[in-house]
Formats: sequence, C-alpha cells, structure tokens
Amino acid sequence: MTVTREPSSAAPRPGRHSAVRSLLRLWPYVRPVRGRLVVGALSAVVASCLGLLIPLTLKWIVDGPVAGRDPSGVWLGGLALLVLGVAEAGLFGVRRMIVAGPLARVEADMRAALYARLQRLPVSFHDRWPSGQLLSRATTDLMLLRIFLSFPLTFLLVNGVTIVVGCVILLQQRWTLGLVLLAPVVPMVVLCSVFEERYARTARKAQDQIGDLTTVVEESVLGIRVIKGFGRHRGQERAFRALSWRLRETELRKAGLLGTLWALIVILPELAIGAALVLGVVEVGDGELSAGTLVAFLSTALALRWPVESIGFLLAITNESATATDRFFEVMDTAEASAGDAVATAPVLAGARVKDAGLRLEGVWFRYPDAPEDAPPVLCGVDLSVRPGETMALVGATGSGKTTLTALVPRLHEPTAGRIVLDGRDITGLSRERLRELVAVAFEEPTLFSASAAENVLMGAPDAGEERLLAALAVAQAEFVHELPQGRRTRLGEQGLSLSGGQRQRLALARAVIGEPRFLVLDDPLSALDVHTEALVEAALREVLATTTALVVAHRPSTVLLADRVALLSRGRIAAVGTHHELLHTHEEYASLMSGPAGPEGGDPR
Amino acid sequence: MTTTVSGRPAAEDDRPEEPPPGDPFDRDVLPTPKGASRALLRSLLAPARGRVRLAAVLLLLQQAAVQAGPLLVAYAIDSGVPAVRRHDHGPLVAVAAGYLVCALASGLLQMAFVRLAARVGQDALLELRGRIFRHAQALSIDFHERYTSGRLISRATTDVESIRELLNDGLQELIGVALSVLYVSAMLLWLDPATGGAALLSFLPLALLVRSYRRRSLIAHRRRSTAIAAVIVKFTETMNGIRPVQAFRRERANDADFDGLNRVHQRTNTATALAMAHYVVCSRLVANSMVAAIVVWGSYRVADGSLALGVLAASVLYLRRLYDPIDRLGMFLNTYQSAAASLEKIAGLLARRPSVREPEAPVALPVRPPGRPGREVVFDGVRFAYRAGAPVLPRLDLTLRAGETVAVVGSTGAGKSTLAKLLARFYDPTEGRILLDGVPLSALAGPELRRGVVMVTQEAFLFSGTVAENIAIGRPGASRAEIERAAKAIGAHDFITALPDGYDTDVRKRGGRISAGQRQLVAFARALLADPAVLILDEATSSLDIPGERAVQRAMRTVLRGRTAVVIAHRLSTVEIADRVLVMAGGRVVEDGVPAELARGGGHFAGLHRAWRDSLV
Repeated sequence: MTVTREPSSAAPRPGRHSAVRSLLRLWPYVRPVRGRLVVGALSAVVASCLGLLIPLTLKWIVDGPVAGRDPSGVWLGGLALLVLGVAEAGLFGVRRMIVAGPLARVEADMRAALYARLQRLPVSFHDRWPSGQLLSRATTDLMLLRIFLSFPLTFLLVNGVTIVVGCVILLQQRWTLGLVLLAPVVPMVVLCSVFEERYARTARKAQDQIGDLTTVVEESVLGIRVIKGFGRHRGQERAFRALSWRLRETELRKAGLLGTLWALIVILPELAIGAALVLGVVEVGDGELSAGTLVAFLSTALALRWPVESIGFLLAITNESATATDRFFEVMDTAEASAGDAVATAPVLAGARVKDAGLRLEGVWFRYPDAPEDAPPVLCGVDLSVRPGETMALVGATGSGKTTLTALVPRLHEPTAGRIVLDGRDITGLSRERLRELVAVAFEEPTLFSASAAENVLMGAPDAGEERLLAALAVAQAEFVHELPQGRRTRLGEQGLSLSGGQRQRLALARAVIGEPRFLVLDDPLSALDVHTEALVEAALREVLATTTALVVAHRPSTVLLADRVALLSRGRIAAVGTHHELLHTHEEYASLMSGPAGPEGGDPR
Repeated sequence: MTTTVSGRPAAEDDRPEEPPPGDPFDRDVLPTPKGASRALLRSLLAPARGRVRLAAVLLLLQQAAVQAGPLLVAYAIDSGVPAVRRHDHGPLVAVAAGYLVCALASGLLQMAFVRLAARVGQDALLELRGRIFRHAQALSIDFHERYTSGRLISRATTDVESIRELLNDGLQELIGVALSVLYVSAMLLWLDPATGGAALLSFLPLALLVRSYRRRSLIAHRRRSTAIAAVIVKFTETMNGIRPVQAFRRERANDADFDGLNRVHQRTNTATALAMAHYVVCSRLVANSMVAAIVVWGSYRVADGSLALGVLAASVLYLRRLYDPIDRLGMFLNTYQSAAASLEKIAGLLARRPSVREPEAPVALPVRPPGRPGREVVFDGVRFAYRAGAPVLPRLDLTLRAGETVAVVGSTGAGKSTLAKLLARFYDPTEGRILLDGVPLSALAGPELRRGVVMVTQEAFLFSGTVAENIAIGRPGASRAEIERAAKAIGAHDFITALPDGYDTDVRKRGGRISAGQRQLVAFARALLADPAVLILDEATSSLDIPGERAVQRAMRTVLRGRTAVVIAHRLSTVEIADRVLVMAGGRVVEDGVPAELARGGGHFAGLHRAWRDSLV
C-alpha cells in the first residue's frame, strides 16, 4: 500500500521564498501580542545587562572594601549584589511570565484560523488533501512556531546585536587584529546561505513526511475493521515502517547538515582567534601592543564564542519555522469557496415569476477540478426541472454521477458550466449560508458527530423545539433513540455509542427533515433499512414530501414510488423524465435498472 | 473532557450525559503501571547503550578541547610573549599548533556528536512509532470503539514529537549541565573547602525547587497532552465529516466548540510555561542570594586573615559560573517532563492488553479433505454482552454445516451483526465458544484465522493507494491477473477499467471519487481474493443498484460454492440464494429453515417476505 504524496496541484511551490519573507507573514498573528513580546524582550536585555554588572560589582568588592579592609563597604557591596541578583531573577521571571500567555495565544489563534478556514474550503479541496497533512499543520507545525517565537527569535536578535557590538569593540581595541577575527565572516555567510537552502529543503521534506505518516496512522485507525477482518496488520505495518524509515533518513540528513554547520561555525572563528592570538603575541613581543590590551581583546573574542556558535542551531530552527509557516499559509492562501458569500441576499422570490419557482438545473456540466485532461466530464449538460412541491427521483446506474449531482445543489461542488436555479434565483447569487438553509441534505453515508442523539438531529434546525424534534424522529422512524442507554442524551459518534448503519441513516434523515426545508435532497436515504422500517419511513416521508420540493436519489422501486416523477441519469445527461410506470414501459435502461432480481426475465443488466 | 455543541437555545437538556466519573477512557488517562514510562524510555534506548556512551565520551573530549582555549591564551601570554622577546618562537609555534588542534577537535567532535546523538534519537523514535502502531493494530475493536481515532493519532504524532525533543537535545543538555556543575564544584572545593562546602549546601534548596518544579510541570504537561488530544479528536472528526459540516452550516458552531478545546490547550500551554518561569525565578533568587552571602562571608574571612584575597577573587568568579546551568537545567527538565507526560500516555496505551488475544499455543485447522466445501461452524453455548450492558446474545447454540449458505434476517438490534462479529472474532464471547471445524476460534493464530474467516462489512473503507492495491488487501502479493479475476467475478471490472487509470487509479482520500456502491464492489472483490473457508457478508450490498446487486448475486452462486457463508441482509433478494435462513429476534434464533418453506409458513419470515415482494412493485 503506497501512501499518496501531497498532491502537487494542491501545493504549488513557486521557488521557496527566503526564510525571512516567510516568517514575516506571521506578523498579523503576532501583532495583537506585540506589546508583551517587546516588553519581554526588553526585560531580557535589561536582565542580561544586570547580569553583566554582577561580575563588575564582585570585582569592585574584591579590589575595594576587601582589599581596603572596610567592613561597611563589604556589607554595602553584599547588599548591592543581593539587589542586583533579585532584580536579575525578577526580570528573567517577568520575561517568561509576560510572554507565556501571549505565545500560547498566538499558537491557539493560528490553529483556530486554520480550522475555520479548512471548514470553509470547498469539498474538492478536502478530496485532494490527505487529512494527515492538514492535521500535522495544525499540530506539530504550530507547536514549532510557538517555540520559535518564544526563544530562538529573541536569541537571534540579542545574539546578533551582541556579535555586532562585540565586533565594533574588537575593531576599536585593535583594528588589525579585529580584521583578522572578521576574516571568516565572508566564507561563513556564504556557507550559511548554502546551508540554509539545503536545510530548509530537508526540513520541509521531514514535515511533509510527518504529514504522510499521520495519514497512514489515521487511515489504519479508521479502517481498523477492514484490517482486522482480513488480518492485514502486517501490510499496514510495512507501509508505516517504510514511511517512518524514510522520515528517519530525512531526520538524519538534517542532523548531518546541522553537524557540518556546527563544525564550520566552531572551527572558522576558532582559527581566526588562534591567528589573532599568534599575531598579538608577536606584536606584544615587538612592543607594539600592551599585554593588557591583548588580554582584553581576547577575552572579548572568547565572550563572543557562544553567540556565534548559537547561530548554528538558531538558523536551523529558523528555517524549520519558515517552512512550517509556508505549510500553514499553503492552506490559508487557498481561496475560500469563491464568490457569493459577500452578496447580500434579497428575498428569494423577489422578481421571479411563479413559473420559475422550484429547482432547475440548466445545462449543468461538471468535472472534478483535478481530473485528468482527457477524462470525460461526470455531467455533461444536465437539464432538469423540479416543480415546486414536487418530488423528483433520480435514478441511474452505479457511478453515473447521481451523488455528484446532489452535491451541486448545496454547492459542495461548483458546476463547471451551466447554472442551478432555486425559485428563480441562480444559486451563485445566494450566500452559501442562506442556500444551505434552504436546502437540506441527507447523505448516503450518514455521519454522526460526537454529540448527543438529539443534538445530532437538531443540527438541521438549531432552534427547533421539542415538538419538531419528536416529529422529525417519528418521520425517520428513529424513535429508537429513546431506548438508548441515556435516551436522546446518549452521546453518539466517535466518542460515543456506535449505531448500526440503518440507525445512523434514520438519524441523518431526521436531521434533514427537522428544518422543514424548502428543498430537500436525499441521497439513497433508505438503503440500509430493512423492509418493514423502510415501509414505515416511506409512509411518514410521503407527508413531508407532499409540501417540499425534493430530489431523491433512488436505487429501488420502493424509493422511486415516493416521487411524483423520475429522472434517469445516463452518460452524464438526463436521458428521460416521466412517471415510474411510464419509464418502466418505455425506457429499456430504466427497466433494467428497476427490475428486481425476481423480475420478469432477469436479463443481462449491462 | 467533553465536546458539546454550544450556542443553541434549549439545548441544555440535550447535552450528552456526562460519562460516569472514573471512566479512564473519557478522561484520556489509562491506568499505567508505576514506573512504566521510565521503563519504556530505558527499553527504547537499551539497544543504543554503546552509542550513548560513545556520545558522552565525544562530548567530554569536545568540552576538554573547548576548555583548553583559555589555557592556551594564558600560556601564550605568560610564556609566549617573553619567549618572543628572546626571539624564541618555539612556544608560539606550540601555541599555534595547539590552537589549531583544539579548534579542529572541538568542531569535528561537535559534528560527530550531533550526528551520533541524532542516530540514537531517531532509532529510538523509529522503534517507538513502530511499537505504538503495532500495538494499536493489535488491540481489539472494542478498544478502538472507546479510545477514538483522534487520541490514537495524537499518541503517534504529538506525543512522539515531545519525546523527539527530549531525545534531540536532552542528552547534550544533561551532559553539559552535569559536566559544568562537577567541574566548577571541584574547582571551588580545591580552592577553598569552606566556600566550596557552602556553595554545595545551596544545592539543597535548589534540589527541593527542582523537585517541586518537576511535580508541577508533570501535572501541567499531562493536562496539555490530554488537551491537544481533544483538539485532534475534534479536528479529525470535522475534516472527515466535511460534507455534512458544510451542508448543515455547522461551521460556526464548530468554530465555537473547537475554540473551547483550543483555549483549554492554550491554558495548559501557558501553565507549563508559567511553571518554568516560577522555577527560573526561584532558583535564580536562591543562586544570587547565595553568591551575595558567600561574598560577604568570604570578605570577613579575608579581613580576619583566614582566607587569601586571591582565593576569594577566584572563588567568586567560579561561584557565578556554578549557577550558570540553572536555566539550561530548567529547559531540560521542561522537555523531560513534557516527554514524561507523553511517555506515560503511550505506556498506558502499550499496557492495554488486547481483549481478543492471540493464542499462546495456536492450533492449526485440520486439513480440509479434497472436495469438502468450506468449514463447519459451531456456536456452543455462546453468550455475549457489550461492556456493562444487557446480554445481546443470551445463549446461542447453532451449527452451520460446511458449505452451507446461511442468511440471517431480523430487525435492528436483533443481534445479527453481533453474531457476525463474534464469528469474525472481532470480539470473544462472554461465555461459550465458537468452533471452526472443531477448533475454537480463540486457539487459531491470526493468519490461520483469516484464512478461515473473512468478513465484508457495510462500510467499505478504502485506503489511499490504487484500486488494485485496495483489492490486494484481500491477499497481499496477489498478481494483477488474480486481482482482475476477482473484480470480474463480482462485476467490478467494468467500472474499474472505466476509471482514468484503470486499476492503477488512485482512490485518494478515502475513495472520494468512487461511489458508495462501487466501493462495496471493491470490498467484495477484496473478500473474494482472500478466498476464506467461511465468508461473512454484513449488509454488504446495501448501496448497490438492482443490476449491481443482481450481478453480485449471480457471482455469489459460484463464489459461495465451496465455502461456508453467512449473509446478513435486510434485502431479502440475497436470501434467495441461501440454503437456510435464520430469523433472529432479541438475540435468539426464532426461525430456522429452508427459505422457500419458511416463506410459505405463517411465521415472521413469511411476513418479511411478503413485505419485500410488495416493495418490488
């Protein structure tokens, strides 16, 4: 079993931007907490300065009061030390405390934004992106960004400034020796930029591989029944093992790059210090330089060692954060389900003539946006008109595009061409919100969420009262919820009780009808029901359908009989419209689709 | 830990009932044996013991090379300068050579250490990921039904991630801190035992601080790990149900729910950072006051002549360095506690024993005599109840003869699916046993069991990969010809070849482009390829259209010949091909006989059959 790579169409990567450019995009999320971050950084700087004062105070105590045998001076010095120490500790604490909350907030805000965006991206986006890739963006990537903002970013600034100031001091002390020390700067900058390029690429690869790994984990948990049913743990495990092995290789490559960078960043400055030392000693020997100046010069140089060395891992984490930011914005930059949402909605029937009422599809074409060029479209010119109050059954062979067609009405997918008109209004002129209020759907695969049974049904009409809830449950023959362990408050879905397919389907049906929607789209809503229940649901559903404009996908005559008319979908078009009996006698394909196994001749279906 | 739908009027009464307190599953804390997390870490690192030691040695050498730098500077100034003045360049050359060696050594050793440590860490992570995955796959269905996929994903991703952080930097930090404390303490004691002793005394309050910090931060990290798992649960649920989410305008309500969980995680995140801040402040305070106290004390001792001025000066400088690693220790402890919280959760998961266990002494199925179709199945006094519930099957005694096709009908909750799941050994019976050709299912090893019994369910889950790969799950290693034969037999070949890449079409995210009916056909082909002695079909044709169903039935007449089959269906069309029908109600078999006879009689089945006939129009 291979695992899908992240689709290239979903993640266009136009030559990576520089790390800085990527990271600057974080600003809108950091902006609200900028004050706290600045105060935090400032207290870090002040605390570092106080930290530098402490050795000076020690020196003063030893040279002054102690050497001069001045007890009151010693106490004064001790007190000064204590004050400085307390202040330093306090400021370090303040820095951490002041940024702890805001940075957690930045992470949470970004996650909320990602979640909100993902919920509103078109279904076609979700079809393309493996969910593990989305999840890893929402978790590991964002955690990394929080860590980056909390320390490395500050260190990068503080250490960078320290290095610059240190170099200025070095040049001032002895510019010849200073130049010797600065000699490795050019090769280091070149090497670092080469490193940056490579490391970023490898880090990105590792992050994508974590996403793939997450996808395999998710699938093997969601598909556990299949895996168990076939005893295929080994196969899944092999796939997982191969992926985690690949991830390990990438991580080792990252470590290899990092190790090389460390080596360069340690060796080059050390060599320069060594050269400066030798030169300095010669100069002191020649009497051109005082020994004191050389000591001061070298102590400064040695003090700069840590800031310089830290650049290695700081660069690494900066690059990783930059690629994590890229990954985040790849999703955020995807256009939200296009147009329509901003349009103010006029009353639906405004200006429309009565004959326009109902649901009409006019020359609707559809092909999946990521389908290969040469693949035929799923729908090619569907014309269908459902009169107000009418129930239209939609019949077609398995895979003929019935489900796709139903997904176009609530705009889960957008038609490639043509338009869909509800009560005289093009649906693209309605806000999605309003459209989905008008159209309720029951999907063939009923999904229940982690919520109580009642809440799952009430999702169709958030402010429906008790009465309507009971009525909807009655229509769908879903009164079984009252028999559940905690009645209608029983938690369902993944975190709760699992129901049978038929039970789930009935709840999904109740969810669709509870809102008393103007348009009802039902995708084979009774497929998992047994004959008795089906008959009961049909009887109850008839009353609902009498007053609703409905499109019902049907596989069986019993479901078709709910409808006033039937449309046959064949080869991407509506091949025929009529009543069940008309079509049964006049249309061969329809007859073969509808004749049961005990049907008259049971000829070849295809 | 609950996710409830919020922002709705009159929803208050419809909130899901809170789980009984104390259910470890709902609080995401499975009982973990004491010390299990540390034992887990040890067992992960055990194979790399040699490498860990080598890494420690590399780091020691590297530190030695680094510390040599200042010594060389001192030597250069003390001996090099006078020598140069005497025109003796020997010492200077020695310094130059020494510096070169030290520079190269510290750089190269650092590189070697980073690479070696990464290897140790990555190997441990590989092993850990593998163990979590294997174990999760081995755990029984009832575990999966309670633990939720989101939590398992969280264990295998974010929890592993926090252990990765520990393995990545932990070793270096720990060795660095230990070395520096040892070195500085030794110097202090050597310079002046009294000062050194006093400094060591300060370790007592510091140790107490470390202890209290560890306790606090472990609790905070535990909460954090639970909180992120809850976030992941909600996230995956939403993304997997994106169609209904959008169609029912759940976006805003979901935003609110997610926000709640996300904010809990934010708070726990803040709490871990604050615990760290608290530790840093307190320990710095202790350290800085200690420095002040020792300096004052030392000064008095200098004043009364019991301490040399130079020694005080040197001690004071070292003293400051003694406390330098406090922050680094804090960072290390933070990553350690975060990893410990995750290890705990992972260890809790790994400690779960599958309730359906592999036999310790597996028994092989008897060899089937040639010509004998399928295998015989016996339910022997089987009783079954889901956890804390009334029995679903009070007592079942049933024999399915080898080669027989048995249809099971009955209303929802009659126990049909339970019967199927028990036969597929998704669960073990509470009492009694199920025998396959006389061998209890629980005595069969996994592969043997799956050669014996395979189940096709109503939800036809497709894994990402190609159509061919999805069919091949039935029998890994099957050739393309065999895969196509299975697909043809069930009538799936035509639609598959019509796909853009035929059998090599990628089904992408859980088969988004393949209709529900087609998916069921793929699942069927999968089962055919597995070629089991006993085939269970649990409402496996519900989404097929009539021609599809008819094709499947025609295929089944040949396919089911030669094996025992249990067919659960609410469409009685399937029953027509059965040799025998069982009607179930309330967990009991209420009617049992040949379909035609039962249909003629006046029982339950006759009623069902009539209703079905009528529904065909």
